[in-house]
Amino acid sequence: MNYDEMTSKELLGYFQNKLDEEAREAKKAGKLVCWSASVAPPEFCVAMDIAMVYPETHAAGIAARKDADGVLETAALKGYNADICSYARVNLGYMELLKQEAMTGETPDKLANSKGARIPLPDLVITCNNICNTLLKWYENLAKELNIPCIVIDVPFNHTMPIPQHSKDYIVDQFKEAIAQLEEICGRPFDYDKFFKVQEQTQRSVAAWNRVAAYAQNKPSPLNGFDLFNYMGLIVCARSLPYSEITFNKFCDELEAKKQAGKSAFGDADAEKKRITWEGIAVWTNLGLTFKGLKNLGVVMTGSAYPDLWNLTYTPGDLESMAVAYTNIYINTCLPNRTARLQNIVSNSKSDGIVFHLNRSCKLMGLLNNESAETIQANLHLPYVSFDGDQADPKNFSAAQYETRVQALSEMMNAQ
Amino acid sequence: MYTLGIDIGSSSSKAVLLKDGKEIIAEDAIQAGTGSSGPSRVLQQIMQESGLKLNEIDYTIATGYGRFSVAFANEQISEITCHAKGIAWLLPGTGTIIDIGGQDAKSISLDVNGNILKFFMNDKCAAGTGRFLDVMSRVLETELSEMGEWHFKSNHPAKVSSTCTVFAESEVISLLSQGIAKEDIIAGIHASVAAKACTLAYRTGVRENVVMCGGVAQNPGVVDAISKELGKKVIVAPNPQLTGALGAALIAAKKVKEKENP
Repeated sequence: MNYDEMTSKELLGYFQNKLDEEAREAKKAGKLVCWSASVAPPEFCVAMDIAMVYPETHAAGIAARKDADGVLETAALKGYNADICSYARVNLGYMELLKQEAMTGETPDKLANSKGARIPLPDLVITCNNICNTLLKWYENLAKELNIPCIVIDVPFNHTMPIPQHSKDYIVDQFKEAIAQLEEICGRPFDYDKFFKVQEQTQRSVAAWNRVAAYAQNKPSPLNGFDLFNYMGLIVCARSLPYSEITFNKFCDELEAKKQAGKSAFGDADAEKKRITWEGIAVWTNLGLTFKGLKNLGVVMTGSAYPDLWNLTYTPGDLESMAVAYTNIYINTCLPNRTARLQNIVSNSKSDGIVFHLNRSCKLMGLLNNESAETIQANLHLPYVSFDGDQADPKNFSAAQYETRVQALSEMMNAQ
Repeated sequence: MYTLGIDIGSSSSKAVLLKDGKEIIAEDAIQAGTGSSGPSRVLQQIMQESGLKLNEIDYTIATGYGRFSVAFANEQISEITCHAKGIAWLLPGTGTIIDIGGQDAKSISLDVNGNILKFFMNDKCAAGTGRFLDVMSRVLETELSEMGEWHFKSNHPAKVSSTCTVFAESEVISLLSQGIAKEDIIAGIHASVAAKACTLAYRTGVRENVVMCGGVAQNPGVVDAISKELGKKVIVAPNPQLTGALGAALIAAKKVKEKENP
């Protein structure tokens, strides 16, 4: 495969399929497969040659293909309430179907007809509560249902900033405990040399990801912020592998060419009328509609704290700096810090307004939206709008309500 | 210059025809909304009333939930901007607008020049909207138009705690079976709608001069309940159902003027 001849979009599709294929092949070959939370550190497992699968990305893929209803129904039949995170429900429903297949030898129709990528059942799971606490019970549940080990990286919430030393020490101990668990699960000593190389790769991937995101600071922006949602699949699933770095570097080349040509994300420079920051997870079930709803108004998304979750910059070989990177997620910090981080994103992206996704699935992100919005509006005097939606459950989103709200925001931005 | 504002809601279609952006020469509302015969009927009625032909209209702006279905409109503008414009024209100095329509409830705060400062709308639920009142009036076997009259007979408003339309319906049936007086149930229903709408108003900030519009503003019981909840006088906009269409016609007039004098 000649990567040089492929566009970044082609590379994205190619590597996403390759990751799924590698997980399936690993399972067939009797190697270990791990299901991982999206911002849990993959470095430890990758160093031990474990194939990684990311349920949140998988659920987003199912939702984006408009195929979530079937697995959500399976989860509901198992008793998972509609108030629970839809990523969790999609994944627990999908796991249930895989489990039925493994136990009966027959593939349930819903699984056979699923538009989601086929993923293998895990041999272990790893989770981290640096983005929410649902991930603890969700993964404990997976481990119990499948009778497999669960590695938990427990990250305390940062009620005060800067991050206290005792938290850093505690997280480093959590990492050491994870290493000990992996040695036991794999039956061999932890490979520290490979771990260092994996950390270096992760840092190159993160740096390339940050370079991509920085293109949105240009005016006009050659980067359509919704593309960060699309390319996010690789910073989540392949940040410890070279795939993401290769793809992001190619994407940067394409964006640089666009920038040099004076083009905006929508084509000509003047096609960009206004810029917004999007706060919250994407509405995967209606990604095209939410994007076009803004594009039709000449509004480009140039800021978002969501892709920034994977700005996991640290010094390879230094576990404490890695601990800081994994606990310094903005939604794992107190309201003043979280708001200041979001405000910086709004300012750096030169946004004219903010769209808040009040995500029925993500209470942690939604709960403090009002306070953040009020503070940022008071400081920057920018209009904002909030809409009800969901990351993976189509029932919680109304297209007409979204369109009305973003149109009103656009009118307010134009009036300013 | 003639400009038309047409507001296609979920349960009604409204239109206002303006001359020179100053004089209302025709206005109408039909109680049938998007997807029904309402939009074409209201258009037909307004053209008949004005004696004009469609090609004599210089600019048309469509607003409301069904705004994209008005094929002949020159432009679509959100109902938030249109209501703000309409109210600011009718009642200058308005600080807070509470608009309750068929399936939307919204609060908009305005600055002294009538510019929108902030707005909030209901979530993906019909609680506290016109649809909620429709359902309740059926359960109570009372015409919607009579709900206001019953409201003022109440001395001991009942408590309707459910905000969900379905649960509130069962709650009202239960109150009826307990023999609670109809007027007290109706006052309780209105208080429930008011509480929901005022949550939005508190978020935008309750400023001086609160004005109510939308179809539900025609129910004096709800206006009274909102006034009590806010502890403030609530002014009902003239022809409250038509303020969105009026705002659209006013914006259309501004567009024509801008085109003529760029």
